[in-house]
Amino acid sequence: MKEYTEKIREIAKRLLNDGTVDMVIGFRKGTLPMMNQPHIATCTDSADELMWDSNCGLNLANYVTDRKEKIGIVAKGCDSRNLVTHVIENKIKRDQLYIIGIPCSGMIDHHKITAMFDTDITSVKESGESITISGNDFSKKLIKQDVLCENCAACTHRNPVEYDELVADLVEEQTDVDPYESVTEIESMDAEEKWNYFEDLISPCIRCYACRNACPLCYCPTCFVDESTPQWVGKSQDPIDVRTFHLLRAFHCAGRCTDCGACERVCPMGIKIREFTKKLNKDCLELYGWEAGLSLDERPPLDTFKTDDPDEFIK
Amino acid sequence: MKNFLEHTGIEPGRLHFSWISSAESTKFVDVVKKITHEVKMLDPANKRYVKTEPKVD
Ligand code: SF4
Ligand code: SF4
Ligand code: SF4
Repeated sequence: MKEYTEKIREIAKRLLNDGTVDMVIGFRKGTLPMMNQPHIATCTDSADELMWDSNCGLNLANYVTDRKEKIGIVAKGCDSRNLVTHVIENKIKRDQLYIIGIPCSGMIDHHKITAMFDTDITSVKESGESITISGNDFSKKLIKQDVLCENCAACTHRNPVEYDELVADLVEEQTDVDPYESVTEIESMDAEEKWNYFEDLISPCIRCYACRNACPLCYCPTCFVDESTPQWVGKSQDPIDVRTFHLLRAFHCAGRCTDCGACERVCPMGIKIREFTKKLNKDCLELYGWEAGLSLDERPPLDTFKTDDPDEFIK
Repeated sequence: MKNFLEHTGIEPGRLHFSWISSAESTKFVDVVKKITHEVKMLDPANKRYVKTEPKVD
């Protein structure tokens, strides 16, 4: 990862110096272990803060929405797909972006790792495929592959789909994984079990909306949950209000979600919110052969009409 | 959307979609009859997606 960091800094400084971009959006080290922060470098000094490791799971496409400047942006496979989605949805122009592509080997799951230890983790060090976790009185070595985020473990687009320059050679894409395993499992339940499954899933939700704020797709000036005239959904912890929020949030991401996992990463309650969006992703793939953000030239299924669109649901 | 709501536990048979033009009054009557019939066959919806009193733990 050190090579990635050096390369990112080198590219960022070059772009800032020769005026190709006004800023470079990337990551810097966070104040807590496994919590890298988005960083906007506007001069070569601050470009030296840019870095890369397996804790860069936030989605940087979130920070380019409606910007007018020329932007250099560090992008993993999933971020690049969200950048494409942004371009398609007119939230940024392709020629405003200089995409620094990161061939990605997956991000590690801080929820999973935190749950493995009883006491606070004070440092997480990475070297090659191993991760060393230490706290006040312990130190443990883990294999990165075992603690990957769920979406990364099953990711089939690790290489950026759109980029101007790469920081390293492309990585091999995974082909023997099934991103929709859990969806298929839920599909086989009866209505009662499904209802209860999602009831349990979202019962810890505190309606903090971190999942919404972290998602690059959620750029509405006023989110439906915040509106009060009319008020679309109750603001309480009532299970029906919570469910309404989750159903609508997910449906607003239909045909657009890239399964980047940023929503899950930021959830303070560790809720597996991707269970909602994954079903929509699977439907989009099965009904329309569509995966979000793969091409700048294709319109998404929800804004096109074809005479052979599936219509069994309507009578 | 139908797939998705049914995936999260809304029973099949509760959610119906139809395209009816303002000139198709008989189709409207038929569809409403069919829907009310199918929905009556299901359990009352009081367990699912009905907000009554705010729940306070
Ligand atoms: S979803 Fe894919 S591209 Fe995105 S961080 Fe995970 S492995 Fe990398
Ligand atoms: S819904 Fe979650 S997984 Fe999908 S694009 Fe948004 S943050 Fe990423
Ligand atoms: S981040 Fe988690 S707790 Fe917060 S609103 Fe989203 S699902 Fe609920």
